Amino acid sequence: MPLLTIRNLSVTFATAQGPFRAVDKVDVDVNPGEILAIVGESGSGKSVSMLAVMGLLPWTATVTADEMTFDGRDLRALSGPARRRIVGNQLAMIFQEPMSSLNPCFTVGFQIREALKKHTDMDKAARQARCVELFEMVGIPAPERRLKAFPHQLSGGMNQRVMIAMAIACKPRLLIADEPTTALDVTIQAQILDLLTALQQETGMGLILITHDMGVVAETAERVAVQYAGQKVEDQEVQALFDTPHHPYTAALLAALPERATERRLPTIPGVVPGQHDRPAGCLFSPRCRYADDVCRGTEPPVQPDALGRARCHYPLHAPQEAQA
Amino acid sequence: MLKFFLSRLATFVPTFIGVTLISFAFIRVLPGDPIVVMAGERGVSAERYEELRSQYGFDQPLWVQFWEYFTGVLQGDLGESFITNRPVWDEFFSLFPATMELSIVAIIIATALGLPAGVIAAVNRGKFFDRALMSTALIGYSMPIFWWALLLIIVFSGNLGWTPVSGRIGLLYYFDDVTGFMLIDSLLSGQKGAFTSAVSHLILPSIVLATIPLAVIARQTRSAMLEVLSEDYIRTARAKGLSPGRVNGLHALRNAMIPVITVIGLSVGTLLAGAILTETIFSWPGIGKWMVDSIFRRDYPVVQGGLLMIAVIVMIVNLTVDLLYGLINPKIRKR
Repeated sequence: MPLLTIRNLSVTFATAQGPFRAVDKVDVDVNPGEILAIVGESGSGKSVSMLAVMGLLPWTATVTADEMTFDGRDLRALSGPARRRIVGNQLAMIFQEPMSSLNPCFTVGFQIREALKKHTDMDKAARQARCVELFEMVGIPAPERRLKAFPHQLSGGMNQRVMIAMAIACKPRLLIADEPTTALDVTIQAQILDLLTALQQETGMGLILITHDMGVVAETAERVAVQYAGQKVEDQEVQALFDTPHHPYTAALLAALPERATERRLPTIPGVVPGQHDRPAGCLFSPRCRYADDVCRGTEPPVQPDALGRARCHYPLHAPQEAQA
Repeated sequence: MLKFFLSRLATFVPTFIGVTLISFAFIRVLPGDPIVVMAGERGVSAERYEELRSQYGFDQPLWVQFWEYFTGVLQGDLGESFITNRPVWDEFFSLFPATMELSIVAIIIATALGLPAGVIAAVNRGKFFDRALMSTALIGYSMPIFWWALLLIIVFSGNLGWTPVSGRIGLLYYFDDVTGFMLIDSLLSGQKGAFTSAVSHLILPSIVLATIPLAVIARQTRSAMLEVLSEDYIRTARAKGLSPGRVNGLHALRNAMIPVITVIGLSVGTLLAGAILTETIFSWPGIGKWMVDSIFRRDYPVVQGGLLMIAVIVMIVNLTVDLLYGLINPKIRKR
């Protein structure tokens, strides 16, 4: 049984200029112990779809889905208190900015013990022992002393380790990491990614890694979902995705990797992700796609079968003629 | 923390000197000769006038007068009132407890109502409670205090007869000052009904005095909370599955307290000044009324001494606020 199943998730924000659809009919499946990467540019709705799963969106957001099941429970039907018993417990999340994601008024130890107090029936001594154990797991030296530190007394990398310790404190079945390394130095990035994959292997939890960095994807993920302008445009195993991308957007992202560049100038994707007011008719990627024709610009593309990476495209790349829908 | 405290204390010195200078200069800028005012309608002969001028030291150059005043202040001597010939220091402290009692009760009312109201408004942003509260706060903030006080007196003292019109305690009761705080002294006296009488006398003036700070605190709490609620660490707290009560009341409010504490501290200063009007309306025997009377009498030592004492108290309150910042948010302590 999959750990997380989402069908046709849409998120619409009420804005002063009218409704804005940030996530558009997205499907997500994560199996227990699997690492899924969700990739896309800024504004592609990666974070928003996961915040919807966590129930952390502001009140201006309307979430609709045909199915949203975590560990056999329907997240849509849960009451507030019932959801809060799952969130932070079996379902945890870490964020992009470790420095601002921890409360400056409280010691990091307090903030971790708080989660343990909420979700476990450990006594005070047990909570303290668990905190020390967690800090050792995430590689923070001198745990007893560091637990008494305030977030501003620690570095960004240390704070992200604290965030990870906090997220895994109650042994979650699924951890969502929202660009966990974006705000960190390159050397620290690698350490944090290694830590996350090591913890994932150690605990057997599922891991969703939200990123815009294809290099991170290649190193860590097992399966990749590519999102563009709120839609999922492709979904493949990582090796297959890098070998035979089916959606032109995926292909363009891969071509923009410095490691793959063949010419002196790095290829780029012209234009930007469409916003609220310039959403094209037909395929959302068509204005930036080098293969687009009038069909693409006029008709919404179908979702191709599994064999073609469920690409949302009229003319998927690397398609054997007979497989094309 | 000690270093933080000392650095804040050091800023006290120049402010103190400045306040001494301003309070000294303020009354002298006003037209009117204290000796002429003292003499009243009968007037004073030229010889007697010169005699009094040299007796009070007004024949000296201004800087000499200031120096004598300033050195006196440093030795704890604020001079004596021209009118009563009692030391300003003694007069101040015999009246100040009444003002302080009124201000403390007012600030407690304002904080106890304004803080939760601001939090609830911020959490229910844009909904009915928020709009209703913010409109009410705006009315409270812009209402003329004397009119509001008279309205309350007419309704609650006049029509309903629930509260007394003026004074600190009923005429039936008499007891000696122990602390100067009527609420405490009436309890200590053990006289039946004395405490109730003191409370009933305090209700209307403290409500009137609390009105503006209440509105300011509610609005400031709301805006500080709104800012904090969009912070990343609030999302983290919610991602831990904490209840809305804990997220808003602990994680958000603790961070929102810095600007709120600031306005509470500033309100204390406003209260001491605003108390003048309230004290006059309710015949409250505090320093407000004493100061106003002294200005009319050109009672130089009382005005400059009283101003200085009020300024020092406001400075002490602000120092306390600075120290509270450090306690609330450890990040500030480091700077």
